[in-house]
Order: sequence, then C-alpha cells, then structure tokens
Amino acid sequence: MEQVPLAHMLILSTILFFIGIYGFFTRRNMITMLMSTELILNSVNINFVAFNRYLYPHQLEGIFFTLFIIAVAASEVSLAVAIIINIYRKFKTIDIEETDTMKY
Amino acid sequence: MNSDIYILLILLLPLLSFLFIGLSGRKLSTGMAVSVGCLTLITTLIFSIAVAFDYFFVKGSVGGVYAPQIVARFEWLRFSPGMSIDLGLIVDPISVMMLLVITCISTMVNIFSIGYMKGEERLKSYYAYLSLFTFSMLGLVLSINIFQMYIFWELVGISSFLLIGFFFNKPSAIAAAKKAFIVTRFADFGFLIGILILGTGAKTFDFLTLIDRLTHPGVALDSLTGSGFLGMSCLTWALILVFMGGAGKSAMFPLHIWLPDAMEGPTPVSALIHAATMVVAGVFLVARLFPIYSISAPEVLQGIAYIGSFTALFSALIACAQTDIKKVLAYSTISQIGFMMFALGVAGWGEGHDEGFTASMFHLFTHAFFKALLFLCAGSVIHAVHSNEMKDMGGLRKSMPITHITFLLACLAIAGIPPFSGFFSKEAILSAAAHGNPPVFYVGLFTSALTSFYMFRLYFSIFWSKPVDAHAHNHEKGQWAMNIPLILLAIGAVLAGLIPFGKYVSATGKAIELPIHVMFSVLPVCLGLGGILVAAFMYKKQNEIPQKVTKLLGNFYEAAYKKFFIDEIYLFLTHKVIFNLIGRPAAWFDRNVVDGMIQRTGSTSVNTSNAIKNLQSGKLQGYTMYFLGGVIVLVVLILIKFL
Repeated sequence: MEQVPLAHMLILSTILFFIGIYGFFTRRNMITMLMSTELILNSVNINFVAFNRYLYPHQLEGIFFTLFIIAVAASEVSLAVAIIINIYRKFKTIDIEETDTMKY
Repeated sequence: MNSDIYILLILLLPLLSFLFIGLSGRKLSTGMAVSVGCLTLITTLIFSIAVAFDYFFVKGSVGGVYAPQIVARFEWLRFSPGMSIDLGLIVDPISVMMLLVITCISTMVNIFSIGYMKGEERLKSYYAYLSLFTFSMLGLVLSINIFQMYIFWELVGISSFLLIGFFFNKPSAIAAAKKAFIVTRFADFGFLIGILILGTGAKTFDFLTLIDRLTHPGVALDSLTGSGFLGMSCLTWALILVFMGGAGKSAMFPLHIWLPDAMEGPTPVSALIHAATMVVAGVFLVARLFPIYSISAPEVLQGIAYIGSFTALFSALIACAQTDIKKVLAYSTISQIGFMMFALGVAGWGEGHDEGFTASMFHLFTHAFFKALLFLCAGSVIHAVHSNEMKDMGGLRKSMPITHITFLLACLAIAGIPPFSGFFSKEAILSAAAHGNPPVFYVGLFTSALTSFYMFRLYFSIFWSKPVDAHAHNHEKGQWAMNIPLILLAIGAVLAGLIPFGKYVSATGKAIELPIHVMFSVLPVCLGLGGILVAAFMYKKQNEIPQKVTKLLGNFYEAAYKKFFIDEIYLFLTHKVIFNLIGRPAAWFDRNVVDGMIQRTGSTSVNTSNAIKNLQSGKLQGYTMYFLGGVIVLVVLILIKFL
C-alpha cells in the first residue's frame, strides 16, 4: 500500500503551526486566540502521531501523548473560557488590547 | 521608737504623693491635689524632726562620735562576687541635717504656693513635680552608694527641668529649662566618668567602703594613685571629675550660667530648688566624699577653694549691677554657694583643721532658711507688683508690712549681722579661711561686704526709694498661705544660728567647737555694716548718686551688668567654634558619605526599575512575542551548535 510520505505530514503540521501562531498574534478576540492555540496543539499532535507511525511503528508512546494533549487541551479550554467569561463581566469586552490592566 | 520605718516613709511618702497626684488625672480636684501635696510634706517634716531627734539625742553619740548608720540595704546589681551596686539608706549627721532642710523648705514652699500659684491651670502638675523633686532630693541625701546618688542626682535634674519650664508657653522659660538641663547634664557627664574611675579603682561604689579604701594605704589606693594621665594621678582626675558634677549642680564658675536663667520658673520653685536645696547638692557631694578629698587629694581641695572663692566674688560683683530682683537673688545664691565651697576647700583632715567642713554645712543650713525666705518675699513682691524689675517697685513698706519685716530680717542674716543666723555661719567660714588659706580669706571678706551692699540695695529699692503711697491698700490681706511661711522661715533665719552646730556635724563625727572670737568678728561685721550704710546712702531716697557711680565705673559697670559676657563667650564657643568646626563637617560627612551610600543604593535600584518596568505592559500578545523571539533565538543557537 502506497504510503503518504512523512515529509507531507510534517509540512502539514508546520503550516498548521504557523497558522496558529499567526492567528494568535493578529486576532484581538480572545476566543479566536484560544482557537489559534488549539491549532498549535493539533499541529503538535500530528507530529507525534506521524513520528510514531514512521519511526517506531511497534510502540505507542506518541499516540499516548496525543491523547494526553487532547485531554489537557479540553480542560484548558474549559478554564480559559471561564476566565474569558469573568473578563467579560468585568470589562464588558473580550478584546485583548483593552484588557491590559495587569501591568506595572 | 523605730526611726528606720520613719526614714523609709520620709522617702516614700513624697513618691506616693507624686504618683497619686500625677496619675490621677482629671478626676482629682485641684484642692485635693494641693492638700495631698502639702499634707504629705508636713508629715515628712514631722517624721524628719523625729528622725533627727532620735539620731542626735536618743541614740546619741557613741564615745563622742556620731557614727553613720545603714538603715536599709539590698543588693540591686551584681557584677562580680566582690562588686555589686546596693540600694539603701544611710543616716549620718549631714544627711539628717539635709533631711531637715529639705523637708522644712519644701513644706514652706508648698504652703506658699497655695497663695502664689492660685488660679494656675496646671496646679496639679505643679504639685506633682514638687513632690517628685522632694522625693529625689531626699533620695540623693540618703543614698548609701555613689551610683544610687547619681540616679537621684539625675532625677533632681529632671524635676528641676520640669519646674523651670513650667510656664511652657513662654519661649524664655523653655530656653532656660533647656539651658539648665544641658549645662548640668554636661557636668554630670564628668561626674559619671569620675564615679566609674573611683568604682573600678576601689572595686566598690559604697560610700563608707569607698572612703575607707581610698583614705587608707592599700591595693585600691595604690592602683588609683599609681597610674596617671596627663601628669595627674587617676585619683586626682576622678575627684576633679566628680567635683565637676558638683560644680554643675551648684553653679560654680564657669558652669554657673544656667542658674540665673532658671529664675524663669515660678518663684517658689526658685526658692526651693534654685536657692535652698538642689543647688547645694554639689556642696553635699563634696562633703560626702570629704575624707577622700582631704586625705588623699588635698590639691583638688585647694582647687575647690580657689574656684569657690572666685565664684563667690565674681557673682557678688554681678549681683551689684542687676536690676531684676530675682537675678540679684540668683547671683547672691551662687556667691553664697561659693562661700560653702571654699569653706570645704580650706578645711583639712584632723583635729583643728576641719573647722571649714562644719562651717560649710552650717552655712548651708542657715543659708537655706534665709535664702528661701528672700525668694519667697520676692515672690510676694512680684505677686503684688506684677514685675521683676526694681524700677517698678519702691515704697512698698506700708502696703506689705510682713514681707517688709521678714525681708529685712533675711537681709540682715545674709549680711552677717549679729545675732542673726548668717553671722554665725559666715564667721565660722571666715575664721576657717583665715586659718587655712589667707588669700581666700581676703576674697571672702571683700565678698561679704559686697553681699551686704547688694542685699540692702535690693531692700532699699523695693521697700524705700520712692515715697510711700498713702492710699495704697494692703496687698497682704487674706494671703495667709503666703504670709505664714514667711513668718516661720523668718524665725528660722533669725534663730538657726544659735544651734551649737559643731556639736552635731563635723567631718569626723566628733563634736568640735565653733568659737566666736570677738576681735576677729569686728572686721567682717564692720564691713557688713559699711555695705549697708553705703546702700542706704545710695538707694534709700531716689537721688543722683547711683547714676554718678555708674558713670564713674563706666565699662566695669557695663561688664558686670552684662554678667561679664560669660553667656556670650559660651555662645561664641558653641555656635562659632563647635558648630562650625565640628558640627558642620560632621553633618556634611553624615549627609554625603554615610547617608549618601544608602541613598545611592536606593536611587540606583529605583532608576533601574523605572527603566525596565515598561516591559510589563499588560499586553498578552506582547509577552508572547518576546517568548517566540526567545524560542527562535534558541533554535538558531541549537542549529548553529549542531549543524
């Protein structure tokens, strides 16, 4: 069976990673920024799965890590959304530019 | 009769009265405070008379000697097995005599103050301070131990400070209180060093042991006389320094500058503290250590004689030129204490030489009565006239008859006219000086003539000088609180000299004779009468003579009026010399080097944090940018390293 080469997987995950970075830096809406971090995490997941499959096909560590990351990401999202809701209650906005009171 | 309990009570009652009046606050009525203060003192007066009676007549002398008795004693601070500081009470002739003087004058002053300070808002604090003063002065004379004496010495200083500055909304009173405190404190610094030298040398602070060890040859005496500093032995230094403390309290030249200013306090306080009791503490101190002075360091005693006689003459000259009646009395006090000091100074140890010691104590005793009386009379006059200046007075003899008579009696006593008390004590001093140190004797003779001149100048200026105002009302009516002490003290001032003092108080405790040599007395009495006549001639009626004499004396009068510029010299020394040469450089060093280092450290960290605080902008994406930048740099480094 013809396999998809590893390089393709890595190119995909790199593209995904930089889309995430780009989104994180350019969006002002916190929810969108949260989505961008999810993209970054997913690109990492792809890396783990791909390397596991191509380099050590008889082991499962990479896949375990992926599962962990998904679980952590899920709980992280619930926390982040709770924080964002609180921020909204306080500032009446979730624009990252305007919630900059935590400074010197 | 258990007199030990009485002595404890004498000391504790004034303390309790001070605590009671001082701590009870607003709830206590003024009348209550006054009666507590007065009654306590009357009780202590009765107790001290009982103690004196018991000591001199019931217990009496053993083999002709009045021995010191330790009434109470307990260990307070222990340094090493052989050396500790004890607290206790000693009873010996001079402390019993001082007990009588202090309680007697204190009682009179307390009663007098009822009239004099009437309507004063802070009367309660006034009575509390008076009680504190009495307590500390009694503690001072009853101390068994030079260190204990030092504690009470400072307590006396602080109560004097409080009472001088009693009218604390008057700037001059504040300044005077500060001056008195600083000058005496400066002198006490010497006293403390002296105590420490004596204490380390003799390995004891106890008076009796100290005197014993330092008057008999032994290890203690050798260690102190063996080592020296600047050409004098340690013992000499210690005794000079101890005398310095005494000179500060007793206003000896050149530390006398605080006493005239201390007259800013209420007049009864001047009578009590700055005339009769506290200022003789220095004389008492020298008398306490007299055996050491006379046996082991006669050269210091000689110095004391010269300082005393110089002070006596010097302040008598100033007193002749002053116009403020309290200042005249203040300088006369300094002069009389000078008499007591040089009487101690000319005395020696042993049979036939220690007349001066008894004479000094005798003069201390009689002086307390007539000087307190003079001050209280002055208080009466000031109360009536509302001024301290002589020119506002005159012709008061009809409107204040009791004050007039008592003042006259006190003046006669201080001038040394027989048979008033001052005559006996002054004769004793002069005859001791004539035997011991002729130059001092001549100074004393001249000073006693001056004394009668300036006292009668005061007397005539207050009570004669101007014609009597026929319509003047009697200022003294209803002032019983002020008149009774005057009368009682006048009785003391007249009769105190008849006590056979030498029988009870002497350096060794053995009775000595204070003979009155008629031939010897003629000269001082004539000089005294001469002073009175000159004063009467110049001041009895208003005339031109004082002005003419002033012109004749010219600059000398001016200098005496300005107190020989001693205050100015001190101001020059402190402001110009000490402030500029030591104070300012020290302040510069402190501000720029000591403080500067701390300031520089602080300001550096403040500047640094100001510079970098903008990094914490609160912008989340900014932080992430730095983080990403850091990651990229790390990656680049790793790539360079491994590829």
